[in-house]
Amino acid sequence: MRKTWLTPGGVHPPENKQQSLTQPIGELPIPDRLVVPLSQHIGAPSIACVKVGDCVLKGQKIADSAGSVSVAVHAPTSGTITAIEARPVAHSSGMTAPCIEISNDGLDQWIASEGIADFEHTSPSALLSVITEAGIAGMGGAGFPTAVKLNPGFQRPIDTLIINATECEPYITADDALIRERAEEIIEGVRILSHILGNPSNILIGIEDNKPEAIAALRPHIQDTGISLVSFPTKYPSGGEKQLIYILTGKELPSGQIPADIGTVCVNIGTIYAIKRAVVDAQPLISRVTTVTGKACAINRNYNVLIGTAVSHLLQHNNFDQQACSRVVMGGPMMGFSLTSEDVPIVKTSNCILAPIYQEIPEDEPAQPCIRCGMCAEVCPASLLPQQLFWYSQAKDHDRLQAHNLFDCIECGACSYVCPSNIPLVQYYRNSKGEIKTAQQEKVKSDHARERFEFHKQRIEQAEQEREAKRAARREAAKQAKSTTAGSGSAADIVAAAQARAAAKKLNPEQQQAKLERAVASAEMRTQKAQEKLDSATANNDTEEKLNVFSAALTAAQQKLDQAKARLAEHK
Amino acid sequence: MLDIVIQQPIVAALVALVSLGLIFGALLGFAAEKFKVHGDPVIDQIDELLPQTQCGQCGFPGCRPYAESIADGDAINKCPPGGQATINAIASLLDVPAPDLDEEHGQESEVKTVAYIREDECIGCTKCIQACPVDAILGAAKLMHTVIVDECTGCDLCVEPCPVDCIDMLPVEQDISQWQWPAPQTPDGLIATDGMNNPNLAGQDNPEPNREDAA
Repeated sequence: MRKTWLTPGGVHPPENKQQSLTQPIGELPIPDRLVVPLSQHIGAPSIACVKVGDCVLKGQKIADSAGSVSVAVHAPTSGTITAIEARPVAHSSGMTAPCIEISNDGLDQWIASEGIADFEHTSPSALLSVITEAGIAGMGGAGFPTAVKLNPGFQRPIDTLIINATECEPYITADDALIRERAEEIIEGVRILSHILGNPSNILIGIEDNKPEAIAALRPHIQDTGISLVSFPTKYPSGGEKQLIYILTGKELPSGQIPADIGTVCVNIGTIYAIKRAVVDAQPLISRVTTVTGKACAINRNYNVLIGTAVSHLLQHNNFDQQACSRVVMGGPMMGFSLTSEDVPIVKTSNCILAPIYQEIPEDEPAQPCIRCGMCAEVCPASLLPQQLFWYSQAKDHDRLQAHNLFDCIECGACSYVCPSNIPLVQYYRNSKGEIKTAQQEKVKSDHARERFEFHKQRIEQAEQEREAKRAARREAAKQAKSTTAGSGSAADIVAAAQARAAAKKLNPEQQQAKLERAVASAEMRTQKAQEKLDSATANNDTEEKLNVFSAALTAAQQKLDQAKARLAEHK
Repeated sequence: MLDIVIQQPIVAALVALVSLGLIFGALLGFAAEKFKVHGDPVIDQIDELLPQTQCGQCGFPGCRPYAESIADGDAINKCPPGGQATINAIASLLDVPAPDLDEEHGQESEVKTVAYIREDECIGCTKCIQACPVDAILGAAKLMHTVIVDECTGCDLCVEPCPVDCIDMLPVEQDISQWQWPAPQTPDGLIATDGMNNPNLAGQDNPEPNREDAA
């Protein structure tokens, strides 16, 4: 048995996991319309690459990844694109975001594609691009693009790969159910990851000891693979990335660093399954396992849900009792958020829909003043001082908040859970984090504005100086001109000056000769033309009058030619 | 040497002191030149805290001139775009009491705005371009102008000079990526039983049943 380390703090809320594990993972009928948000991951929103009216097949790419920290989005079923517009999405704000709506054609026809069965002889970079193109982002909750996480750069060799099968939050059983039914595929996914990371020496699957069936399902598949399955006592929140790394390796992740900085990569088990499907079966991420639970639903079980399915569709098929339900939560009771509308779609990070009745999760009680009992500090898994952060958050003291490492808070909600005064502590921290980030952005913006203002001022000054210099030059010139005219005002001088100007304009002898030669040549040409006209007129028997005109023209041309010749001779 | 010192102790002491004074004086003089601070550093610090909208609502032509004036002892509550947050920050920097915003210079606005030119109506007079303190308006004479939204500080200075009134100040659109968690409602006062002194509880007839429910 491998040694595990104990994290500070933590709580033991009622697990409530068994009710959704009585049945295997189910399938739902495909809804008529699927709404797929363009931003289901951290990073730049994907860019739609289809138009309204296009017909798409199941698994066809409908949005490209935008930049390096982004992933693609695919059609969850075959059908027609009926809208690309802002729709309400699963977000704590209840705001809208750009989405692609697909009308299901009922055929559910896959796009033709071929997987990579022999991944061990494929280069890691090719596999990483498959992962990005398959739209895979962390499915544990944060939605960070997986390919970016797996490609930390050459200066940071990875020696530990951690598979997060902890699933510590109450009610959620999506990962548990997935392991029980698809352990073999998951282990294949682990081998793909290991190959991408250059076969790290430690491959650890971290799982809490409240999932004996899942452990039993994994055990036969890891024999002789070098993968260790580590189970450890159940405690919330063991599934946080930092917490799990500490539990399994005893290494504490320094503040502000990422796991790759200490040679570790931590990947969720659902993501691993998605990677296996993408690489071996060439199926992009278009569905995920989601738990539907809570006493307001008559049926509690896990479903393989297509991305873009409305939450209301899920609830309807589980005999949802709207009257009894206190609120619909996306995620678990600790870190999830209440939905403002049940029409929002399931996204890549939606691991649970929780519809509790009032007795299960009552309405928030009004907050009482903090009595400084210190229970929050005891349970904080990040060893912070939640009560101090609470005071500074109320006082909006951003410097002290940062000095007390607010940004190391993982928002697990353990402090709010134990608070005897029902203070919504996490909400204070989230608010303060947002305020600090906004203040930092504004600082950058104001520095930029200052720079532009200074440049603007400098430019105006420079233009003014240039104008002033020009004015001075003109004044000087005018003064000089005046003094010249005043100094020599006699008529003889003016005549002399005019003559000098005329002489300057005169051409030199060569140029003059060339000019005269040109004149002779053109006079010759004109004489010739006049001769030709006269000849043709004579040949056509034209009237006497016309003949006279032409012969006169010829004579004039000849005279001009003679004059030009004479002038040329004279010049020579 | 020693004899002279012993014979003339007062002279020797004087010589020693004067030479020490000269050495240290030279050192200090050198240090004063070497480590000279150009300009007033407090002006930069104040300028850092001001919002850099360059709007001139304080009566100075830009944020830096106002910072200079504050360093000379002017009131710190003349900046409506910065609002109370800026006043508090400057007050703590200068270690003076933080007054309320002087409403004479304008009111603090909750919503951030940016200028927007109705391009069909723009006649291309370039007056707004000249007014913009951060060169955020693009255009040329007799051609339509437009505002670079990312550079606009929302200072309002371009609205006044426009001869056809085609510039609007529009609120900055909030999308989902800029959304941030609202602050929770603050708990009622510091002491729960202090209902009478607490404006939030004073209006209620009897706050007790509530607490019994909770228990």
